[in-house]
Amino acid sequence: MRSIVVLCAVFGVCSPAWADEVAVAVAANFSAPMRQIADEFERASGHHVRLSPGATGALYAQIKNGAPFDLLLAADDETPARLEREGNAVAATRYTYAIGKLVLWSAKPGVVDDKGGVLRQGNFERLAIANPKTAPYGEAAVEALTRLGLYAGLQAKLVQGNSIAQAYQFVASGNAELGLLALSQVWKDGALVSGSAWIVPESLYAPIRQDAVLLARGADKAAALALLQFLKGDKARAVIRAYGYGL
Amino acid sequence: MTALESQDWSAIWLTIKLAATVTLLLLLLGTPIAWWLAHTRSRWRSVASALVAMPIVLPPTVLGFYLLLLMGPDGPVGRATQALGIGLLPFTFGGLVVASTFYSLPFVVQPIQNAMEAIGPRPLEVAATLRASPWDAFWSVVVPLARPGFLAGAILGFAHTVGEFGVVLMIGGNIPGVTRVVSVQIFDHVEALEYARAHWLAAGMVGFSFIVLLLLYTLSPQARRS
Repeated sequence: MRSIVVLCAVFGVCSPAWADEVAVAVAANFSAPMRQIADEFERASGHHVRLSPGATGALYAQIKNGAPFDLLLAADDETPARLEREGNAVAATRYTYAIGKLVLWSAKPGVVDDKGGVLRQGNFERLAIANPKTAPYGEAAVEALTRLGLYAGLQAKLVQGNSIAQAYQFVASGNAELGLLALSQVWKDGALVSGSAWIVPESLYAPIRQDAVLLARGADKAAALALLQFLKGDKARAVIRAYGYGL
Repeated sequence: MTALESQDWSAIWLTIKLAATVTLLLLLLGTPIAWWLAHTRSRWRSVASALVAMPIVLPPTVLGFYLLLLMGPDGPVGRATQALGIGLLPFTFGGLVVASTFYSLPFVVQPIQNAMEAIGPRPLEVAATLRASPWDAFWSVVVPLARPGFLAGAILGFAHTVGEFGVVLMIGGNIPGVTRVVSVQIFDHVEALEYARAHWLAAGMVGFSFIVLLLLYTLSPQARRS
């Protein structure tokens, strides 16, 4: 008997009947705010949330191959739409939970001016962006640079992180002086955490819509629907805004 | 339909260039290390062996992360390279060479060391009685006798550098023609859901690794035994 109890504790498989577990695949850039939202949801509902952060493309491949996720919070709006088309997500549950903002950031204070003029002056060696082919923030970065008329001139200085998280790492470690990153990475409680930054005007790139969708596996789960509802509520929205996302 | 596009070819060429450079470098660096490890009675032997073997057990994220910090502007290596006028190593081909040299070190040193240990003291004693200088004895006794070990080390070092992914991803910056090697290119294709393009490269890697290992087990009796 005792060993069964221990097994339960170790694997967490014997949850009481009234509490359910929701498995959430979440885009890496949203994993910090989602952790906070999940904590509040757990306290309010008694359900348990299991988060699996990852690159949206990788999460897509996992879902297509039967990964046990109930909910997807993607970094773009294409992947959830695609999953819906392909029958892996529940129709009409898709909605935009956050709009990502692009920021030009340096780990050092005083490097980035409040108009982004440092990009034109060009007195830096490396500008980090996320891979434009795979990451929406990378795509937005290229679009903004193109509209500023700087893309061709800066191409030799670009280094690509495979995700926006890796691009951040390049800048935070000082290997790249500048980076076009997600505002949520350098923004907490409505203020810049460190370094210097220019929030790129939203007129320079198409909105980075991050969509959520209920996956086929979570279709009949009350807890999954409850979490989706909670995400649209005031408490969750306040957290999302505090991390620098638009709504 | 073209199977491989120019970017894929550029990644393949870059990978071969990187692996060849690293293998050559490791044969030069690894041989004295292997020789020392095979013969020393120093109490530091186990420490050195452990250090050499560490890349086998460390996840590439650990290696890549620390290399990024070490070679960055505030790291000791980064300060040194800047002072020498080389600039910073991350995001350059040279940086990949340095990182891969660490990463592939045990795969070259260990086969050479094993081969040198297998020779035993006798042939060198005989060479000494025939008045061969240590240098002469090394070239005319050790190198020919340890040849299977050198061969195995070179093949494994080359193959392992070709297959490297995590470290390059961490410090490379994914720059076409400079740091975007085949493994990263495959990862890009997969992430972009371009599975057909991923398959061409990935299947090529499967074929390559099979041929390399087949070569290893055919040519090297030492590897065949172990």
